[in-house]
Amino acid sequence: MVRVLIPSGALGLGYDKKALEKGIASKPDVIAIDGGSTDSGPHYLGTGTSKYSRTSTKVEWQGLMQARERAGVPLVLGTAGTCGADSSVDWLLDLTREIARETGQSVKVAVLKSNQPTDRVVDALVAGDITALSSAPEISSELLENCTNIVALAGAEQIQAALATGADIVIAGRTTDTAIIAALPLVKGCHAGAAWHGAKIGECGALCATNPQSGVILVDFDEEGFTVTPMAENSVATPHTVSAHMLYENSDPYILLEPGGHLDVRTATYQALDNKRVRVVGSKWVPSKHYTVKLEAARCVGFQTILLCLLRDPRYVENVDIWCDDILTKCRAKVQDRLGSDAGEFEIELRLIGKSGALGVLETSSSQASELGVLGIVTAQSEALANEIAKMLNPYLLHHPLSKEEEQPTFAFPFSPAEIQRGEIYEFCLNHVMKLQHPMDAFDLTVVDLGNG
Amino acid sequence: MARLGDMVEKVRSKNAGPFVLTVDIFCGDPQVFKAVSAGLKTESVSKLFGAETQLVKRFDITDLNVVKFSFPRPQVQGARTDRDMHGASYGALLADLQI
Repeated sequence: MVRVLIPSGALGLGYDKKALEKGIASKPDVIAIDGGSTDSGPHYLGTGTSKYSRTSTKVEWQGLMQARERAGVPLVLGTAGTCGADSSVDWLLDLTREIARETGQSVKVAVLKSNQPTDRVVDALVAGDITALSSAPEISSELLENCTNIVALAGAEQIQAALATGADIVIAGRTTDTAIIAALPLVKGCHAGAAWHGAKIGECGALCATNPQSGVILVDFDEEGFTVTPMAENSVATPHTVSAHMLYENSDPYILLEPGGHLDVRTATYQALDNKRVRVVGSKWVPSKHYTVKLEAARCVGFQTILLCLLRDPRYVENVDIWCDDILTKCRAKVQDRLGSDAGEFEIELRLIGKSGALGVLETSSSQASELGVLGIVTAQSEALANEIAKMLNPYLLHHPLSKEEEQPTFAFPFSPAEIQRGEIYEFCLNHVMKLQHPMDAFDLTVVDLGNG
Repeated sequence: MARLGDMVEKVRSKNAGPFVLTVDIFCGDPQVFKAVSAGLKTESVSKLFGAETQLVKRFDITDLNVVKFSFPRPQVQGARTDRDMHGASYGALLADLQI
Protein backbone atom coordinates (compact mmCIF):
# COMPACT_ATOMS: atom_id res chain seq x y z
CA MET A 1 0.00 0.00 0.00
CA VAL A 2 1.28 3.48 -0.81
CA ARG A 3 -0.06 6.40 1.18
CA VAL A 4 0.06 9.85 -0.42
CA LEU A 5 -0.59 13.00 1.60
CA ILE A 6 -1.92 15.97 -0.37
CA PRO A 7 -1.93 19.17 1.71
CA SER A 8 -3.93 21.24 -0.76
CA GLY A 9 -4.89 21.68 -4.38
CA ALA A 10 -2.20 24.30 -4.92
CA LEU A 11 0.78 25.76 -3.07
CA GLY A 12 -0.33 29.31 -2.33
CA LEU A 13 -3.97 28.49 -1.52
CA GLY A 14 -3.28 27.49 2.06
CA TYR A 15 -4.02 24.34 4.09
CA ASP A 16 -5.54 23.53 7.46
CA LYS A 17 -2.59 23.06 9.87
CA LYS A 18 -4.43 20.67 12.18
CA ALA A 19 -5.43 18.54 9.21
CA LEU A 20 -1.83 18.51 7.98
CA GLU A 21 -0.64 17.31 11.40
CA LYS A 22 -3.21 14.52 11.29
CA GLY A 23 -1.94 13.63 7.82
CA ILE A 24 1.67 13.46 9.01
CA ALA A 25 0.64 11.33 11.99
CA SER A 26 -0.91 8.84 9.53
CA LYS A 27 2.60 8.04 8.26
CA PRO A 28 2.39 8.87 4.55
CA ASP A 29 4.98 7.54 2.08
CA VAL A 30 5.18 10.81 0.16
CA ILE A 31 3.79 14.35 0.35
CA ALA A 32 2.67 15.74 -3.02
CA ILE A 33 1.38 19.21 -3.92
CA ASP A 34 0.68 20.98 -7.18
CA GLY A 35 2.10 24.45 -7.82
CA GLY A 36 -0.07 25.77 -10.63
CA SER A 37 -2.06 25.40 -13.83
CA THR A 38 -2.99 27.33 -16.98
CA ASP A 39 -6.22 28.47 -15.35
CA SER A 40 -4.94 31.97 -14.57
CA GLY A 41 -4.06 32.66 -18.15
CA PRO A 42 -1.06 33.00 -20.45
CA HIS A 43 0.74 35.84 -18.66
CA TYR A 44 2.44 33.54 -16.16
CA LEU A 45 3.84 31.14 -18.74
CA GLY A 46 4.63 34.06 -21.04
CA THR A 47 6.72 35.78 -18.38
CA GLY A 48 7.79 32.68 -16.44
CA THR A 49 6.47 34.13 -13.17
CA SER A 50 4.25 33.06 -10.28
CA LYS A 51 0.70 34.15 -9.60
CA TYR A 52 0.82 33.67 -5.84
CA SER A 53 2.54 36.04 -3.49
CA ARG A 54 6.12 35.19 -2.58
CA THR A 55 5.29 35.63 1.09
CA SER A 56 2.33 33.21 1.01
CA THR A 57 4.30 30.70 -1.01
CA LYS A 58 7.25 30.88 1.36
CA VAL A 59 5.16 30.51 4.51
CA GLU A 60 3.29 27.52 3.10
CA TRP A 61 6.37 25.88 1.58
CA GLN A 62 8.23 26.28 4.86
CA GLY A 63 5.36 24.54 6.67
CA LEU A 64 5.58 21.67 4.20
CA MET A 65 9.37 21.47 4.42
CA GLN A 66 9.06 21.19 8.18
CA ALA A 67 6.32 18.59 7.89
CA ARG A 68 8.50 16.65 5.46
CA GLU A 69 11.37 16.64 7.91
CA ARG A 70 9.14 15.28 10.68
CA ALA A 71 7.60 12.66 8.39
CA GLY A 72 10.96 11.61 6.93
CA VAL A 73 9.48 11.10 3.46
CA PRO A 74 9.94 12.89 0.11
CA LEU A 75 8.08 16.14 -0.64
CA VAL A 76 7.12 16.57 -4.29
CA LEU A 77 6.00 19.82 -5.93
CA GLY A 78 4.83 19.87 -9.54
CA THR A 79 4.37 22.88 -11.86
CA ALA A 80 6.42 25.12 -9.58
CA GLY A 81 5.56 28.82 -9.55
CA THR A 82 2.20 28.59 -11.35
CA CYS A 83 3.52 27.96 -14.86
CA GLY A 84 6.32 25.43 -14.33
CA ALA A 85 8.77 27.32 -16.55
CA ASP A 86 12.49 27.09 -15.74
CA SER A 87 12.50 30.59 -14.24
CA SER A 88 9.73 29.71 -11.82
CA VAL A 89 11.45 26.46 -10.86
CA ASP A 90 14.54 28.56 -10.05
CA TRP A 91 12.30 30.93 -8.06
CA LEU A 92 10.99 28.07 -5.93
CA LEU A 93 14.48 26.65 -5.54
CA ASP A 94 15.65 30.05 -4.23
CA LEU A 95 12.81 30.03 -1.71
CA THR A 96 13.83 26.52 -0.67
CA ARG A 97 17.45 27.60 -0.26
CA GLU A 98 16.36 30.57 1.91
CA ILE A 99 14.15 28.42 4.09
CA ALA A 100 16.83 25.72 4.49
CA ARG A 101 19.30 28.36 5.59
CA GLU A 102 16.87 30.08 7.95
CA THR A 103 15.62 26.89 9.58
CA GLY A 104 18.95 25.04 9.64
CA GLN A 105 17.67 22.23 7.41
CA SER A 106 19.96 20.22 5.20
CA VAL A 107 18.14 18.85 2.18
CA LYS A 108 18.89 17.07 -1.08
CA VAL A 109 16.70 18.55 -3.85
CA ALA A 110 16.00 16.96 -7.23
CA VAL A 111 15.22 19.67 -9.77
CA LEU A 112 13.25 18.57 -12.82
CA LYS A 113 12.94 21.15 -15.61
CA SER A 114 10.31 21.14 -18.35
CA ASN A 115 11.28 23.97 -20.73
CA GLN A 116 11.81 22.97 -24.33
CA PRO A 117 14.50 24.65 -26.46
CA THR A 118 12.83 25.98 -29.60
CA ASP A 119 15.09 23.86 -31.87
CA ARG A 120 13.89 20.65 -30.30
CA VAL A 121 10.25 21.49 -30.93
CA VAL A 122 10.88 22.82 -34.45
CA ASP A 123 12.81 19.64 -35.33
CA ALA A 124 9.98 17.54 -33.93
CA LEU A 125 7.48 19.53 -35.98
CA VAL A 126 9.48 18.99 -39.14
CA ALA A 127 9.89 15.27 -38.36
CA GLY A 128 6.14 14.85 -37.95
CA ASP A 129 6.40 14.08 -34.23
CA ILE A 130 3.99 16.82 -33.19
CA THR A 131 0.26 16.13 -33.27
CA ALA A 132 -2.49 18.69 -32.77
CA LEU A 133 -5.14 17.99 -30.12
CA SER A 134 -8.74 19.08 -30.69
CA SER A 135 -9.27 22.84 -31.07
CA ALA A 136 -5.53 23.38 -31.47
CA PRO A 137 -4.30 26.59 -33.09
CA GLU A 138 -2.23 26.53 -36.29
CA ILE A 139 1.50 26.42 -35.66
CA SER A 140 4.66 26.95 -37.66
CA SER A 141 8.40 27.12 -37.00
CA GLU A 142 8.11 30.90 -37.04
CA LEU A 143 5.43 30.91 -34.38
CA LEU A 144 7.49 28.57 -32.20
CA GLU A 145 10.47 30.89 -32.47
CA ASN A 146 8.34 33.72 -31.07
CA CYS A 147 7.30 31.84 -27.94
CA THR A 148 8.87 33.09 -24.73
CA ASN A 149 8.44 29.75 -22.98
CA ILE A 150 7.60 26.30 -24.31
CA VAL A 151 7.10 23.57 -21.71
CA ALA A 152 6.31 19.88 -21.87
CA LEU A 153 4.12 18.33 -19.20
CA ALA A 154 6.06 15.71 -17.25
CA GLY A 155 4.30 12.50 -16.30
CA ALA A 156 4.88 9.73 -13.77
CA GLU A 157 8.10 8.49 -15.39
CA GLN A 158 9.91 11.78 -14.96
CA ILE A 159 8.79 12.19 -11.34
CA GLN A 160 9.89 8.61 -10.70
CA ALA A 161 13.34 9.46 -12.07
CA ALA A 162 13.49 12.42 -9.69
CA LEU A 163 12.42 10.27 -6.71
CA ALA A 164 14.96 7.62 -7.65
CA THR A 165 17.78 10.07 -6.91
CA GLY A 166 16.91 9.65 -3.25
CA ALA A 167 16.11 13.33 -2.94
CA ASP A 168 14.27 14.73 0.09
CA ILE A 169 12.47 17.28 -2.05
CA VAL A 170 11.50 17.18 -5.73
CA ILE A 171 10.86 20.55 -7.36
CA ALA A 172 9.43 19.97 -10.79
CA GLY A 173 8.60 22.31 -13.63
CA ARG A 174 5.42 21.75 -15.60
CA THR A 175 3.88 18.39 -14.82
CA THR A 176 0.43 16.93 -15.25
CA ASP A 177 -1.51 17.46 -12.02
CA THR A 178 -1.80 13.73 -11.53
CA ALA A 179 1.80 12.65 -12.15
CA ILE A 180 3.17 13.90 -8.83
CA ILE A 181 0.64 11.74 -6.98
CA ALA A 182 0.61 8.67 -9.27
CA ALA A 183 4.40 8.35 -9.58
CA LEU A 184 5.23 6.52 -6.34
CA PRO A 185 2.19 4.18 -6.33
CA LEU A 186 3.00 3.15 -9.89
CA VAL A 187 6.66 2.41 -9.24
CA LYS A 188 5.67 0.40 -6.15
CA GLY A 189 3.39 -1.82 -8.22
CA CYS A 190 -0.02 -0.47 -7.25
CA HIS A 191 -2.95 -0.93 -9.64
CA ALA A 192 -2.23 1.43 -12.55
CA GLY A 193 -5.85 2.49 -13.13
CA ALA A 194 -6.22 3.20 -9.42
CA ALA A 195 -2.95 5.15 -9.36
CA TRP A 196 -4.06 7.55 -12.08
CA HIS A 197 -7.69 7.79 -10.97
CA GLY A 198 -6.76 8.33 -7.34
CA ALA A 199 -4.27 10.94 -8.48
CA LYS A 200 -6.96 12.77 -10.47
CA ILE A 201 -9.32 12.69 -7.49
CA GLY A 202 -6.58 13.82 -5.13
CA GLU A 203 -4.91 16.54 -7.19
CA CYS A 204 -7.20 19.31 -5.96
CA GLY A 205 -6.94 18.23 -2.34
CA ALA A 206 -10.22 18.34 -0.48
CA LEU A 207 -12.20 19.57 -3.51
CA CYS A 208 -13.27 15.91 -3.84
CA ALA A 209 -14.89 16.09 -0.40
CA THR A 210 -17.13 18.36 1.65
CA ASN A 211 -15.60 21.53 3.13
CA PRO A 212 -13.23 21.78 0.16
CA GLN A 213 -11.26 24.73 1.52
CA SER A 214 -9.79 22.56 4.30
CA GLY A 215 -7.37 21.24 1.68
CA VAL A 216 -5.71 18.21 3.23
CA ILE A 217 -6.45 14.65 2.09
CA LEU A 218 -4.85 11.22 2.18
CA VAL A 219 -5.07 8.80 -0.73
CA ASP A 220 -4.12 5.16 -0.16
CA PHE A 221 -3.20 3.12 -3.23
CA ASP A 222 -3.03 -0.71 -3.39
CA GLU A 223 -3.08 -3.58 -5.91
CA GLU A 224 -6.82 -3.28 -6.51
CA GLY A 225 -7.97 0.30 -5.97
CA PHE A 226 -7.61 3.45 -3.89
CA THR A 227 -9.18 4.96 -0.78
CA VAL A 228 -9.73 8.66 -0.12
CA THR A 229 -9.71 10.13 3.40
CA PRO A 230 -10.09 13.87 4.04
CA MET A 231 -8.01 14.94 7.05
CA ALA A 232 -10.01 17.91 8.35
CA GLU A 233 -12.51 17.21 11.15
CA ASN A 234 -15.48 18.60 9.25
CA SER A 235 -14.65 17.21 5.82
CA VAL A 236 -16.03 13.93 4.49
CA ALA A 237 -15.66 12.09 1.19
CA THR A 238 -18.77 10.43 -0.20
CA PRO A 239 -19.21 8.32 -3.33
CA HIS A 240 -20.94 11.35 -4.82
CA THR A 241 -18.25 13.91 -4.01
CA VAL A 242 -15.50 11.58 -5.23
CA SER A 243 -17.14 10.51 -8.48
CA ALA A 244 -18.23 14.10 -9.20
CA HIS A 245 -14.64 15.30 -9.08
CA MET A 246 -13.90 13.76 -12.47
CA LEU A 247 -16.13 16.53 -13.88
CA TYR A 248 -13.85 19.26 -12.59
CA GLU A 249 -11.97 21.15 -15.32
CA ASN A 250 -12.14 18.04 -17.50
CA SER A 251 -13.70 17.90 -20.95
CA ASP A 252 -14.55 14.19 -20.66
CA PRO A 253 -15.59 12.83 -17.24
CA TYR A 254 -14.58 9.26 -18.10
CA ILE A 255 -11.34 9.50 -20.10
CA LEU A 256 -8.20 11.37 -19.07
CA LEU A 257 -5.13 11.60 -21.34
CA GLU A 258 -1.75 11.35 -19.64
CA PRO A 259 1.80 10.86 -20.89
CA GLY A 260 2.05 7.25 -22.00
CA GLY A 261 -1.66 6.44 -22.18
CA HIS A 262 -5.07 7.26 -20.81
CA LEU A 263 -7.26 6.64 -17.79
CA ASP A 264 -10.74 5.14 -18.30
CA VAL A 265 -13.06 5.30 -15.30
CA ARG A 266 -16.26 4.04 -16.93
CA THR A 267 -16.19 0.80 -14.95
CA ALA A 268 -15.11 2.37 -11.66
CA THR A 269 -17.30 1.79 -8.60
CA TYR A 270 -17.42 4.04 -5.55
CA GLN A 271 -18.11 2.65 -2.10
CA ALA A 272 -18.48 4.46 1.21
CA LEU A 273 -16.30 2.59 3.72
CA ASP A 274 -17.72 4.66 6.56
CA ASN A 275 -19.11 8.16 6.89
CA LYS A 276 -15.77 9.75 5.91
CA ARG A 277 -13.85 7.49 3.50
CA VAL A 278 -14.51 6.26 -0.02
CA ARG A 279 -12.98 3.28 -1.79
CA VAL A 280 -12.78 3.09 -5.58
CA VAL A 281 -12.01 0.01 -7.72
CA GLY A 282 -12.44 -0.78 -11.38
CA SER A 283 -10.57 2.08 -13.06
CA LYS A 284 -8.45 1.18 -16.10
CA TRP A 285 -5.10 2.44 -17.37
CA VAL A 286 -4.69 2.01 -21.13
CA PRO A 287 -1.09 2.47 -22.33
CA SER A 288 -0.68 4.20 -25.69
CA LYS A 289 1.36 2.92 -28.61
CA HIS A 290 3.69 5.92 -28.54
CA TYR A 291 4.87 7.94 -25.55
CA THR A 292 3.79 11.54 -25.97
CA VAL A 293 3.91 14.61 -23.77
CA LYS A 294 1.63 17.62 -24.02
CA LEU A 295 3.19 20.96 -24.90
CA GLU A 296 2.19 24.41 -23.70
CA ALA A 297 3.61 27.69 -24.91
CA ALA A 298 2.95 31.41 -24.75
CA ARG A 299 4.08 34.31 -26.87
CA CYS A 300 3.81 38.08 -26.68
CA VAL A 301 1.22 39.41 -29.11
CA GLY A 302 1.43 43.10 -28.34
CA PHE A 303 1.19 45.77 -25.68
CA GLN A 304 -1.95 47.14 -24.08
CA THR A 305 -2.96 50.36 -22.45
CA ILE A 306 -6.46 50.69 -21.01
CA LEU A 307 -8.81 53.43 -19.84
CA LEU A 308 -12.00 53.20 -17.81
CA CYS A 309 -14.75 55.77 -17.94
CA LEU A 310 -18.20 55.68 -16.35
CA LEU A 311 -21.46 56.74 -18.00
CA ARG A 312 -24.17 57.79 -15.54
CA ASP A 313 -26.26 59.98 -17.83
CA PRO A 314 -29.34 57.92 -18.82
CA ARG A 315 -29.36 59.18 -22.41
CA TYR A 316 -25.77 58.09 -22.90
CA VAL A 317 -26.36 54.76 -21.21
CA GLU A 318 -29.30 54.15 -23.54
CA ASN A 319 -27.38 55.20 -26.66
CA VAL A 320 -24.02 53.75 -25.73
CA ASP A 321 -23.71 51.59 -28.87
CA ILE A 322 -24.10 54.58 -31.20
CA TRP A 323 -21.76 56.61 -29.03
CA CYS A 324 -19.07 53.91 -29.09
CA ASP A 325 -19.34 53.28 -32.84
CA ASP A 326 -18.89 56.97 -33.49
CA ILE A 327 -15.91 57.21 -31.15
CA LEU A 328 -14.22 54.23 -32.77
CA THR A 329 -14.65 55.67 -36.25
CA LYS A 330 -13.36 59.09 -35.29
CA CYS A 331 -10.52 57.89 -33.08
CA ARG A 332 -9.22 55.43 -35.67
CA ALA A 333 -9.29 58.24 -38.23
CA LYS A 334 -7.37 60.47 -35.83
CA VAL A 335 -4.71 57.79 -35.29
CA GLN A 336 -4.41 57.37 -39.04
CA ASP A 337 -4.14 61.13 -39.46
CA ARG A 338 -1.60 61.70 -36.67
CA LEU A 339 0.52 58.55 -37.01
CA GLY A 340 -0.19 57.10 -40.42
CA SER A 341 1.71 53.87 -40.99
CA ASP A 342 3.84 54.57 -37.91
CA ALA A 343 0.92 53.36 -35.86
CA GLY A 344 1.57 49.83 -37.06
CA GLU A 345 -1.04 47.20 -36.36
CA PHE A 346 -3.36 48.34 -33.60
CA GLU A 347 -6.80 47.64 -32.16
CA ILE A 348 -9.14 49.80 -30.14
CA GLU A 349 -11.95 48.08 -28.29
CA LEU A 350 -14.66 49.66 -26.15
CA ARG A 351 -15.96 47.01 -23.80
CA LEU A 352 -19.19 47.70 -21.95
CA ILE A 353 -19.09 46.76 -18.28
CA GLY A 354 -22.66 46.36 -17.03
CA LYS A 355 -23.99 45.35 -20.41
CA SER A 356 -21.82 42.77 -22.18
CA GLY A 357 -18.52 42.92 -20.35
CA ALA A 358 -18.31 39.23 -19.50
CA LEU A 359 -20.02 37.68 -22.51
CA GLY A 360 -19.75 40.12 -25.42
CA VAL A 361 -21.91 39.13 -28.41
CA LEU A 362 -23.09 35.97 -26.61
CA GLU A 363 -24.97 38.00 -23.98
CA THR A 364 -28.72 37.29 -24.02
CA SER A 365 -29.84 39.53 -21.18
CA SER A 366 -31.15 42.97 -22.12
CA SER A 367 -31.68 44.46 -18.68
CA GLN A 368 -30.48 48.02 -18.42
CA ALA A 369 -28.17 49.25 -15.68
CA SER A 370 -28.29 52.87 -14.52
CA GLU A 371 -24.55 53.15 -15.01
CA LEU A 372 -22.13 51.64 -17.48
CA GLY A 373 -18.36 51.27 -17.42
CA VAL A 374 -16.66 51.78 -20.76
CA LEU A 375 -13.36 49.95 -20.75
CA GLY A 376 -11.18 51.25 -23.57
CA ILE A 377 -8.58 48.65 -24.58
CA VAL A 378 -5.80 49.72 -26.90
CA THR A 379 -3.52 47.02 -28.31
CA ALA A 380 -0.44 48.01 -30.30
CA GLN A 381 3.01 46.70 -31.21
CA SER A 382 4.93 48.70 -28.61
CA GLU A 383 4.26 50.18 -25.19
CA ALA A 384 4.89 53.68 -26.54
CA LEU A 385 2.36 53.24 -29.34
CA ALA A 386 -0.25 51.71 -27.02
CA ASN A 387 0.13 54.77 -24.77
CA GLU A 388 0.00 57.25 -27.64
CA ILE A 389 -3.16 55.75 -29.07
CA ALA A 390 -4.74 55.54 -25.61
CA LYS A 391 -3.98 59.25 -25.13
CA MET A 392 -5.73 59.95 -28.42
CA LEU A 393 -8.75 57.94 -27.26
CA ASN A 394 -9.00 59.74 -23.92
CA PRO A 395 -10.61 63.01 -25.12
CA TYR A 396 -13.36 61.10 -26.91
CA LEU A 397 -14.25 59.09 -23.80
CA LEU A 398 -14.20 62.31 -21.79
CA HIS A 399 -16.25 64.65 -24.01
CA HIS A 400 -17.69 63.00 -27.12
CA PRO A 401 -21.29 64.19 -27.69
CA LEU A 402 -24.15 62.21 -29.24
CA SER A 403 -25.05 65.23 -31.33
CA LYS A 404 -23.12 68.23 -32.59
CA GLU A 405 -25.73 70.69 -31.29
CA GLU A 406 -25.71 69.79 -27.60
CA GLU A 407 -23.49 71.29 -24.94
CA GLN A 408 -20.25 69.33 -24.53
CA PRO A 409 -20.77 66.48 -22.04
CA THR A 410 -18.23 65.23 -19.51
CA PHE A 411 -17.96 61.68 -18.19
CA ALA A 412 -16.54 60.13 -15.04
CA PHE A 413 -12.99 58.84 -14.79
CA PRO A 414 -11.80 57.03 -11.65
CA PHE A 415 -8.11 57.76 -12.19
CA SER A 416 -5.47 60.30 -13.13
CA PRO A 417 -3.67 59.53 -15.32
CA ALA A 418 -6.54 57.95 -17.19
CA GLU A 419 -4.30 55.53 -19.07
CA ILE A 420 -3.24 52.34 -17.31
CA GLN A 421 -0.38 50.44 -18.91
CA ARG A 422 -0.83 46.71 -19.03
CA GLY A 423 2.53 46.13 -20.69
CA GLU A 424 3.11 42.98 -22.74
CA ILE A 425 0.15 40.75 -23.42
CA TYR A 426 0.52 37.05 -24.10
CA GLU A 427 -1.45 34.30 -25.74
CA PHE A 428 -1.34 30.51 -25.41
CA CYS A 429 -0.27 29.07 -28.73
CA LEU A 430 0.07 25.30 -28.42
CA ASN A 431 -2.43 22.53 -27.80
CA HIS A 432 -0.26 19.74 -29.14
CA VAL A 433 1.56 16.58 -28.08
CA MET A 434 5.15 15.65 -28.93
CA LYS A 435 6.31 12.06 -29.43
CA LEU A 436 9.33 11.00 -27.40
CA GLN A 437 11.53 7.92 -27.77
CA HIS A 438 12.25 7.98 -24.06
CA PRO A 439 10.35 9.87 -21.32
CA MET A 440 13.44 11.72 -20.11
CA ASP A 441 14.38 12.98 -23.61
CA ALA A 442 12.51 16.25 -23.09
CA PHE A 443 13.33 16.90 -19.43
CA ASP A 444 16.33 18.00 -17.42
CA LEU A 445 17.09 16.46 -14.00
CA THR A 446 19.74 17.74 -11.60
CA VAL A 447 20.35 17.28 -7.87
CA VAL A 448 21.45 20.01 -5.46
CA ASP A 449 22.32 19.94 -1.77
CA LEU A 450 20.95 22.88 0.20
CA GLY A 451 21.70 24.15 3.70
CA ASN A 452 24.60 23.13 5.85
CA GLY A 453 22.75 21.23 8.55
CA MET B 1 -40.84 26.57 -20.35
CA ALA B 2 -38.70 27.33 -17.34
CA ARG B 3 -35.37 28.99 -16.75
CA LEU B 4 -32.69 26.27 -16.50
CA GLY B 5 -30.97 27.96 -13.55
CA ASP B 6 -34.24 27.92 -11.58
CA MET B 7 -34.79 24.21 -12.22
CA VAL B 8 -31.36 22.91 -11.14
CA GLU B 9 -28.96 23.19 -8.18
CA LYS B 10 -26.12 24.79 -10.09
CA VAL B 11 -24.72 25.47 -13.54
CA ARG B 12 -20.90 25.65 -13.52
CA SER B 13 -18.52 26.53 -16.34
CA LYS B 14 -14.75 26.08 -16.23
CA ASN B 15 -11.77 25.94 -18.53
CA ALA B 16 -10.64 22.41 -19.41
CA GLY B 17 -7.30 23.82 -20.50
CA PRO B 18 -7.08 27.04 -22.56
CA PHE B 19 -8.89 25.75 -25.65
CA VAL B 20 -11.91 23.88 -24.33
CA LEU B 21 -14.80 24.97 -22.12
CA THR B 22 -16.68 22.50 -19.96
CA VAL B 23 -20.08 23.16 -18.44
CA ASP B 24 -21.64 21.01 -15.68
CA ILE B 25 -25.34 21.19 -14.86
CA PHE B 26 -25.90 19.81 -11.36
CA CYS B 27 -29.58 18.84 -11.44
CA GLY B 28 -29.77 17.75 -7.80
CA ASP B 29 -32.21 14.87 -8.19
CA PRO B 30 -33.27 12.22 -10.73
CA GLN B 31 -36.56 13.93 -11.69
CA VAL B 32 -34.90 17.23 -12.57
CA PHE B 33 -32.09 15.33 -14.31
CA LYS B 34 -34.65 13.51 -16.48
CA ALA B 35 -36.41 16.78 -17.34
CA VAL B 36 -33.17 18.56 -18.21
CA SER B 37 -31.82 15.58 -20.14
CA ALA B 38 -34.97 15.51 -22.27
CA GLY B 39 -35.69 19.23 -22.45
CA LEU B 40 -32.22 20.67 -23.13
CA LYS B 41 -31.25 20.17 -26.75
CA THR B 42 -27.58 20.07 -27.69
CA GLU B 43 -28.37 22.41 -30.61
CA SER B 44 -29.65 25.03 -28.16
CA VAL B 45 -26.36 24.85 -26.28
CA SER B 46 -24.20 25.01 -29.41
CA LYS B 47 -26.21 27.97 -30.70
CA LEU B 48 -25.93 29.79 -27.38
CA PHE B 49 -22.14 29.52 -27.36
CA GLY B 50 -21.56 29.85 -31.08
CA ALA B 51 -20.04 26.37 -31.27
CA GLU B 52 -20.38 23.85 -34.10
CA THR B 53 -22.88 21.22 -32.92
CA GLN B 54 -20.71 18.31 -34.06
CA LEU B 55 -17.85 19.60 -31.91
CA VAL B 56 -19.99 19.68 -28.77
CA LYS B 57 -19.46 16.66 -26.49
CA ARG B 58 -22.45 15.85 -24.30
CA PHE B 59 -22.63 13.54 -21.29
CA ASP B 60 -25.88 12.70 -19.47
CA ILE B 61 -24.54 11.17 -16.25
CA THR B 62 -27.35 9.36 -14.45
CA ASP B 63 -25.23 8.35 -11.45
CA LEU B 64 -24.51 11.99 -10.63
CA ASN B 65 -27.68 13.70 -11.96
CA VAL B 66 -25.35 15.85 -14.04
CA VAL B 67 -25.53 16.90 -17.67
CA LYS B 68 -22.12 17.95 -19.01
CA PHE B 69 -21.15 19.75 -22.21
CA SER B 70 -17.63 20.32 -23.50
CA PHE B 71 -16.84 22.34 -26.61
CA PRO B 72 -14.19 24.57 -28.19
CA ARG B 73 -13.89 27.68 -26.03
CA PRO B 74 -15.81 30.55 -27.67
CA GLN B 75 -12.60 32.58 -27.29
CA VAL B 76 -9.25 30.95 -26.53
CA GLN B 77 -8.44 31.63 -22.87
CA GLY B 78 -6.43 34.81 -22.49
CA ALA B 79 -6.64 35.81 -26.13
CA ARG B 80 -6.98 39.53 -26.77
CA THR B 81 -10.71 39.04 -27.37
CA ASP B 82 -11.28 36.83 -24.30
CA ARG B 83 -13.34 38.58 -21.61
CA ASP B 84 -13.35 35.90 -18.94
CA MET B 85 -10.00 34.33 -18.01
CA HIS B 86 -11.46 31.53 -15.94
CA GLY B 87 -14.44 30.75 -18.15
CA ALA B 88 -16.75 31.38 -15.24
CA SER B 89 -19.49 33.48 -16.80
CA TYR B 90 -20.56 31.04 -19.51
CA GLY B 91 -22.40 29.03 -16.87
CA ALA B 92 -24.54 32.07 -16.06
CA LEU B 93 -25.43 32.41 -19.72
CA LEU B 94 -26.61 28.81 -19.89
CA ALA B 95 -28.53 29.18 -16.61
CA ASP B 96 -30.62 31.93 -18.25
CA LEU B 97 -31.73 29.60 -21.04
CA GLN B 98 -35.44 28.80 -21.16
CA ILE B 99 -36.13 25.08 -21.65
